[in-house]
Amino acid sequence: MTLLMPKPEPAIMSRRNELIARLGAMLPRESLIVDDVARRAYECDAFTMYRALPLVVTLPESVEQVRAIMALAAEMNVKLVPRGAGTSLSGGSMPLEDGILLGMSKFNRILEIDYENRCARVQPGVQNLAISKAVEAQGFYYAPDPSSQIACSIGGNVAENAGGVHCLKYGLTTNNILGLDVVLMGGDLIRLGGKHLDSEGYDLIGLMTGSEGLLGVVTEVTVRLLQKPPVARGLLLGFASVAAGARCVGAIIARGVIPAGLEMMDKATIHAVERFQPCGYPLDAAALVIVELDGPQAEVDHLVGVVQDIAREEGATTIRASTSEAERLQFWAGRKNAFPAVSCIAPDYLCMDGTIPRARLPEALAGMDRLAKEQGLGVANVFHAGDGNLHPLILYDASKEGDVERAEKLGFDILRLCVSLGGVLTGEHGVGVEKRDLMGEMFTDVDLAQQMRLKCAFDPEGRLNPGKVFPTLHRCAELGMMHVSGGKMPFPDLPRF
Amino acid sequence: MQSACATLEIRDEADAVDAICAAKAKGDCCAIVGGGSKSGLGRYAPQAQALSTAALTGVTLYEPNELVLSARGGVPLSEIEALLDRHGQQLAFEPMDYGPLFGAEAGCATIGGVISVNAAGPRRINAGAARDHLLGFRCVTGRGELVKSGGRVMKNVTGYDLSKLVCGSYGTLALLTELTLKVLPKPQTECTLLAIGADEAESLALLRRATATPCEPSSLAMLPAGAALALDADAAAIRLEGPAISVTARRDELVARLASGGLRFETLDEYDSKTLWRGLRDAAPVAAKVGQIWRISVAPSEGFTVVEHIRAGAPVLAHFYDWAGGLIWLCLETAPDAYAAVVRSAVDASGGHATLIRASEETRATVDIFHPQPAALAALTRRVKESFDPAHILERGRMRAEF
Repeated sequence: MTLLMPKPEPAIMSRRNELIARLGAMLPRESLIVDDVARRAYECDAFTMYRALPLVVTLPESVEQVRAIMALAAEMNVKLVPRGAGTSLSGGSMPLEDGILLGMSKFNRILEIDYENRCARVQPGVQNLAISKAVEAQGFYYAPDPSSQIACSIGGNVAENAGGVHCLKYGLTTNNILGLDVVLMGGDLIRLGGKHLDSEGYDLIGLMTGSEGLLGVVTEVTVRLLQKPPVARGLLLGFASVAAGARCVGAIIARGVIPAGLEMMDKATIHAVERFQPCGYPLDAAALVIVELDGPQAEVDHLVGVVQDIAREEGATTIRASTSEAERLQFWAGRKNAFPAVSCIAPDYLCMDGTIPRARLPEALAGMDRLAKEQGLGVANVFHAGDGNLHPLILYDASKEGDVERAEKLGFDILRLCVSLGGVLTGEHGVGVEKRDLMGEMFTDVDLAQQMRLKCAFDPEGRLNPGKVFPTLHRCAELGMMHVSGGKMPFPDLPRF
Repeated sequence: MQSACATLEIRDEADAVDAICAAKAKGDCCAIVGGGSKSGLGRYAPQAQALSTAALTGVTLYEPNELVLSARGGVPLSEIEALLDRHGQQLAFEPMDYGPLFGAEAGCATIGGVISVNAAGPRRINAGAARDHLLGFRCVTGRGELVKSGGRVMKNVTGYDLSKLVCGSYGTLALLTELTLKVLPKPQTECTLLAIGADEAESLALLRRATATPCEPSSLAMLPAGAALALDADAAAIRLEGPAISVTARRDELVARLASGGLRFETLDEYDSKTLWRGLRDAAPVAAKVGQIWRISVAPSEGFTVVEHIRAGAPVLAHFYDWAGGLIWLCLETAPDAYAAVVRSAVDASGGHATLIRASEETRATVDIFHPQPAALAALTRRVKESFDPAHILERGRMRAEF
C-alpha cells in the first residue's frame, strides 16, 4: 500500500467502547454496526485499491440523529466520514480506522415534488435515477446522469459534483441544485437556498457541491427538474483515426451546436464492447463518436442534418442517424456498457478521470499511448469528448507482480499529462485519496492553504473526512484560522503525511 | 467609490499584492472599483481608499472553438461582448447593466464587477447566472496572497469550487485579477410571444404553464400594464431562441397549448424582442421611476402573493416579474426605512430573499441591504469571509455591518 493515511489515534481507539455506548443511547439498535463482519461491508467505496475497517458504522434515520452523532463526534474529538451509496471512484468515502462512518442510506425518501416550481425536495440517500423515474410520467427529469446513476445517491452527487453524459448541455450537479440542508461538525443545521434562484450571501451551495464530504453532511437537497425534450436522436460516427474523430467533435461545437451528449471511444473499447454486447458498432473504425441531439422535433431534425454534413466534411467512415427510439438506445447501449465490457479484456483496470482542453485531445491520446508503452500496460479510452473529460482505463493484472504499482504510476503520469496540457486532475470523480498527493501539480501551497482555510471555517478541528483531497494535513492554527487559547493546541500529535 | 477617497491604480497582480498588504499593515479598508457602475450597490460603507482595476486590461485567452475566454478583471464587459459577438458567441447569463439604474451611463461595467455581483439576466432560468459560467480565476485575497482556483475546462472537480464563492461576494473576499469564462454560441434568432388579456395572477400562472411545456422558452416575464412596450394591459412575455425553424414551430405550439378565451397573442420579431429583453435585463421599467428599488427572488409560484403582501403595506410605484415570476423588481415610494419590514415579512412568509438595490446613502447605512441570516449561518459566513480576509480589509461593511 503506497497510500499514507493519518495514523489511527490511540486516544480515540481506546475510547471505542465509550463511543459505542453513547451512540447506542441515541440510535436504534439496527442503526449502529459494531461487529467486524458487518463493518467489513463498509471498508471501501468503489475505489477498491485501499480499504480500512471503520471504527463504527452509524446509519441514522433522522436529521436529529445526524446532528446528535456529529455533536458527539465533535465533543469526543472523533473523526467522521460521511458516505452515500459508496460509488465514489476516488476513495472519497473510504473509512478511517479511528473514525465513525456516517452512512446516509436510510435517508431515501423523496419529500416533495413541486412541478409548478420545477423542483423536488429529496433526502440525500435517494438514488439519482429514482428522481427522474418519479417525475417521468409528468414529462420531467433530473439532468445530471453519472454512469452510476442506478446506484449512486444524490447526496453523494452533491459531495462529488457529479456530471454525466448530459452535462455538456445541461450542466453538472452544481448547476442543478437549488437548496441544501447541511449539518456542520458540532451539530448546527444550516439551510441554504430553497426553491428560488441565486440565494444572496456567499454561495455556500456552490462551495458545498464538490467538497467531497469535508465541509458538512447534507441532509436534504432541492434539485431542479427539467422538462423532458420531446425528441432525442442519436448519431453514430466512425473515423479512421482518433485525431479525425477529435477534429469532428471540435467542428460540431465550433458550428454552434451543443449536443445533449457527445461521447467518444477508441478502437480497444469498440472491440471490447462489441464482444461484450454486440450493438452494431463499426469494427473498422479507430474512433467512434456518439452524438445525441435533443429538443423540439423540427430543431433536432435540422441539427441532425447539420451534424451529418460536418461529419462528412471531416471524413467520417460511418455515419448513422437514429430513426427510432430503439435505435437511439442501441447506439448508447455499447457506451453504457463500456466499463463492464473492458473488464472482460483485462483482469483489472484502473479508471482515471482527467479533463483537458478539447483541442488537445490528439496530443493527450498520443501521450497516453507513449506513457502506457513505457509501463508495458494497455489503455482503453472512452470519454466525454464534448467537454474534454477523459476516462482512460488502465488495464493490468493484480496477480502479476508489480502491475498494481505500474498501473498507479501510469495513472499519475496520465493526470500530470492532463495538467501539462492545460487540464485538471479530475473532471467528475473527485480527488478523494486517489489523487490527493497530486494536488501540488495544479495548485501552489498558497492556493491549497486558502482551500484548507475554508475547511477550517467549516470544521476547525479537522474531524470531518480528514486525509482526503489535501496532501498535507495542516492544523487550522498554522493556517491562521484558529485562536490558540492558553497555549493549548488541538491534536498536537496529529500525523503528517 | 462611495465618496471621495484616495484611488490607487492596480496595474497587475504584484500591485494588488502590494496595495492590499500595505492596507493590511495600516488596518485600512479598501473599496474595489472597476467601471463604477455598481458603486451604489450594497451597504453604504465608506472605505479609506479605492483600488481601481481599470488598468487590469486585456483578454488573455479566447478560443471560440473551445467555448472559453479569459480576461483580466478590469476589462470592460462591452469589450468582451463585442469580441464574442464577432464570433457569433455570447455570455449566456446575459449580465445586467446596473449603470442606468443608478443614473450612470450604460456600458461601463467590467467583467470583474459582473462576477462580483453574480450578475444574471432574463435567461437565468435556463442558462444560469455568472456563477454557472465562471470556470476559474486568479485573485489577490484580503490576506494579500495571490491565489488561483478552477481551470479553463468545462468539467473540473479538483479541490473546492471557489469560483462559486467569489461570484456574488461583492469584492469582500478578494480582488479578481483574471477570470476564465465559459462562452456559448448565440442563438440563430429569437422572437417573443406576448399573451395579453389575462390579469396579473393569471399571466403568472400562464408563465408557469409555459415552463412545463417542451417548448423551451428561454425567458418568461410578466409585465403589468404600462410597465413596458406601451401596452395598456397586463401581458405575459415569453422569449424563444434557437434556429429559425425551431423558434417558429415552438411559438406555434405554445400558442396552441396556452390559448384560452379572452387571451390575445402577438409576436415580437427579433429586433423588438431583443430590445424588450435588454430593457428587462436592466430593470428599465422600475429604474425609470423615482423611488427605492428592491429585487426579490422567490419560488415562481410565490411571486404574486409576495407582491400582494407588499402592496398591502407599502406604496408600490412600479413593478414587474422576470424568471417566470421568481424574480420581482419593485419600485417603492421613498421612505427612510425603505419599507424593509414590510418587504422582508412578505418574503419570509414564502421563502426567498429581498435585496435593497437603490436607496440613499443614509438608508443604505441603516437598513440591512441583504436578507438577515440565522445565527449559525451568519457565524459561518463570517468565518468564510475571514478565511480570505481576516482583518476585513476588502469592502469592509459592504455586505454585512459586522465585517
